[in-house]
Amino acid sequence: MGVLARDLTGDVSRRSFLISAALAGGGLVMGLRPVGSAAAAETAALTPFIRIPPQGPVQLVIASAEMGQGVYMGLATLIAEELELRLDQVEAVAAPADRKLYGHPVLGDQITGGSVTIRGFWEPMRRAGATARALLIAAAAQQWGAPAASLRAESGEVVDPATGRRLPYGALAAEAARLPVPEQVALKSPGEFKLIGKVQERIDTPAKVNGAARFGLDARPPGVKFAALAICPTFGGALKAVDDARASQVKGVRQIVKLSDAVAVVADHTGAARKGLAALDITWDRGPNGALTTEELERRADAAVEGPAVVAHRTGDVAAAEAAHPRGVEAVYRMPILCHSAMEPMNCTVHLRPDGCDVWVGTQVADRARRAAAEAAGLPEDKVVVHNQFLGGGFGRRLDHDNVTLAVRVAREVEGPVQVVWSREEDIRHDSYRYLNRSRLSVRLGPDGMPASWSHRVVGPAIMDRFLPIFFKDGVDLDIVGGAESPYDIPNKLVDFVRHEAPVGMLTGNWRGVGPTRNAPAVEGGIDEAAHLAGVEPVEYRRRLLSKSPRLRAVLDLVVERSGWGGALGPGRGRGVALLQDFGSFAATVAQVHVDASGRLTVERIDCAVDCGVVINPEIVRQQVESGVVYGLSAALYGRLTVADGAIVEGNFDDAPVVRINECPAIETHIVASSEAPGGVGELSTPGVAPALMNAIFAATGKRLRSLPLAVAELQRA
Amino acid sequence: MVYSVNVNGVRHEVDVDPDTPLLWVLRDVIGLTGTKFGCGVAMCGACTVHLNGLAVRSCITQIQDVGSAEVMTVESIGETAEGRRVQKAWLELDVVQCGYCQSGQIMSAAALIATNSKPSDEDIDAVMAGNICRCGTYPRIRAAIKRAAAEGI
Repeated sequence: MGVLARDLTGDVSRRSFLISAALAGGGLVMGLRPVGSAAAAETAALTPFIRIPPQGPVQLVIASAEMGQGVYMGLATLIAEELELRLDQVEAVAAPADRKLYGHPVLGDQITGGSVTIRGFWEPMRRAGATARALLIAAAAQQWGAPAASLRAESGEVVDPATGRRLPYGALAAEAARLPVPEQVALKSPGEFKLIGKVQERIDTPAKVNGAARFGLDARPPGVKFAALAICPTFGGALKAVDDARASQVKGVRQIVKLSDAVAVVADHTGAARKGLAALDITWDRGPNGALTTEELERRADAAVEGPAVVAHRTGDVAAAEAAHPRGVEAVYRMPILCHSAMEPMNCTVHLRPDGCDVWVGTQVADRARRAAAEAAGLPEDKVVVHNQFLGGGFGRRLDHDNVTLAVRVAREVEGPVQVVWSREEDIRHDSYRYLNRSRLSVRLGPDGMPASWSHRVVGPAIMDRFLPIFFKDGVDLDIVGGAESPYDIPNKLVDFVRHEAPVGMLTGNWRGVGPTRNAPAVEGGIDEAAHLAGVEPVEYRRRLLSKSPRLRAVLDLVVERSGWGGALGPGRGRGVALLQDFGSFAATVAQVHVDASGRLTVERIDCAVDCGVVINPEIVRQQVESGVVYGLSAALYGRLTVADGAIVEGNFDDAPVVRINECPAIETHIVASSEAPGGVGELSTPGVAPALMNAIFAATGKRLRSLPLAVAELQRA
Repeated sequence: MVYSVNVNGVRHEVDVDPDTPLLWVLRDVIGLTGTKFGCGVAMCGACTVHLNGLAVRSCITQIQDVGSAEVMTVESIGETAEGRRVQKAWLELDVVQCGYCQSGQIMSAAALIATNSKPSDEDIDAVMAGNICRCGTYPRIRAAIKRAAAEGI
């Protein structure tokens, strides 16, 4: 998250402010103590992250959720590097829900989000691998009566170079698990890396090209039934009445489950469940929001711009600077309501019994899912087992677990396991939305044309108040203001925050790129506007403001060099640039667009230069940059949900479109070689897309857009 | 109504309503979960399977219309020459991220290169625009299709 903008890896070892804040109520578990010697009979667990069976692949337990970002690969690489294993010798397995053993070292909870996985686990996973290696070597030393220092580990074996003796880890693991854990282990220096920094084929890919990979929807506990679901369309509404006479007659339908705010049809297969659902005659009590419209919500958000606001960041004296410098940019940027539209619709499979509960789900918050299930089931936490599956996309949607709660509520009424399948329409109409956002910007220019003051008011919901309260401080959501102060060296800065929540009953949450994606259009659009007003070329203008930010300036210079910035493009074409310093990383994006005579917008090319510190796997960095660009592009071009009669209007990919292959521009990723601590990449390229496009459209047409999605209709009128 | 359906060379008897989408027969009745549900209205392509070698959206293909056609799913596509080449290119070019849409992408791509040994960008757009990927793997899908097609020449 934006609040986690800086280098976190030092925090892990120093246990500095963030950690003590994050873990005030718990304890930091580095996962280096052996657990459960009971497990050692079959498979020795050298740490909670490493299980070594007598034969076969070493199991690496991955605390974070695999949602496409390559975390199985990333964390496995870190462990295997120190454990001296090739990646074809390991098997990545999902960690159970357990925040004490598998909580994120900085966030404290078992959360995969905010692009913090590698940053948080960079040191602990290598240390886990090194610790296990030391234990295996010690076990061999004991067995052979040789000094441990004379032995080494390579490719899953401990080797005695003096005699040529060697033993596989599997033969040493049971003994190793009984040895005392060393207090100190040395980690490799970068020059010794065999895996880190090298391209390796992703270990999760083979199962994803032949249908073998198991996502949440693929859970098939024996005897499972399938449920289709209708949730009250209006936010905060309720179920009034259901006529299920016709639905009950549908072949394969077993049961109609009526909840306070939803109806589920349980059947032998999802086809019958969906047919049964369509045959229901449901009457909803539309509730207090039943008359809401987009226009009303937009009006409320616009009105909220007037405050009252809480100061989030202050440098210098903005009021004095504004009084002295009347010339500048005054603008309001408007962001729409967004859904996530992960390819796998929300779902959850539950087998609830009097004495326990199994949950199969793909979630970014395994332990919260467990707690939610326990609460809905009326069971103690330790009676709930969460089987985390591959996620068919996360993007922040699966940081919430409303699907788990709902599925357990259905399961309470059903004998045996039940899979609750949301339709695409339910998925879009009951998302954890990125809610409306407003940015009011005032940038005043000094006599030299450079900014003398920067004032940015952020208006939007305080997600962190409920999601991670340690990041909600003194009335300020530290995430939603992330990056609002801009990365530029400006003497007087003020960021303030107006909390503006969605109507009660409408769930709002995190969306790829979190706070910085909300703020980047205003920040990078605003600085572009200032450059134009000052009559300075936009890249040169930014460079002058980055003398204290060498890494950000370096990615800017790289993208300028590689994107052909400044080269002639001809009429109707233009390039725009946007910078981002967040997630512990740096990015510079250049978009090239064409707007034809009829106002038709084509995105032709996007270049993104990134500095994310040490690269674990360059191909995954490139994948994530491409992915973030396309995700940002869909939102920039099309992302906007509307509300009528208190319900989301859009429901499928026809009226809530996303970018398809024919609209996808060429995307070029340029990576800065770096030995700095690793930064995040999962969300790094998303925030810059919309502002780079806005700035490119301005360059192409002279038309300055300040609202998303990009107003194609407005371009056509221009 | 009992239907006899040939899936990946194996015959299955399924007792479902005539209008039941093939998707749910595959996933929930037969238990082949490689074919994915994404939209239910043939707008995303996640459910793509082959019917006698032609790519169709199984979410809108009713079981009563399948008849004696041979159904092939992603679980068996590697047994065809085109499928094998597509899977190999997918691995070599690191196409996959979350992987959820990739079953459908692979089925569409395999059908494409079976009839077009040198697809142009326009050919790829025309066929593959029916398959959505939210991880944004499109540039790699394009490159991998070209590689898989080229290996068959």
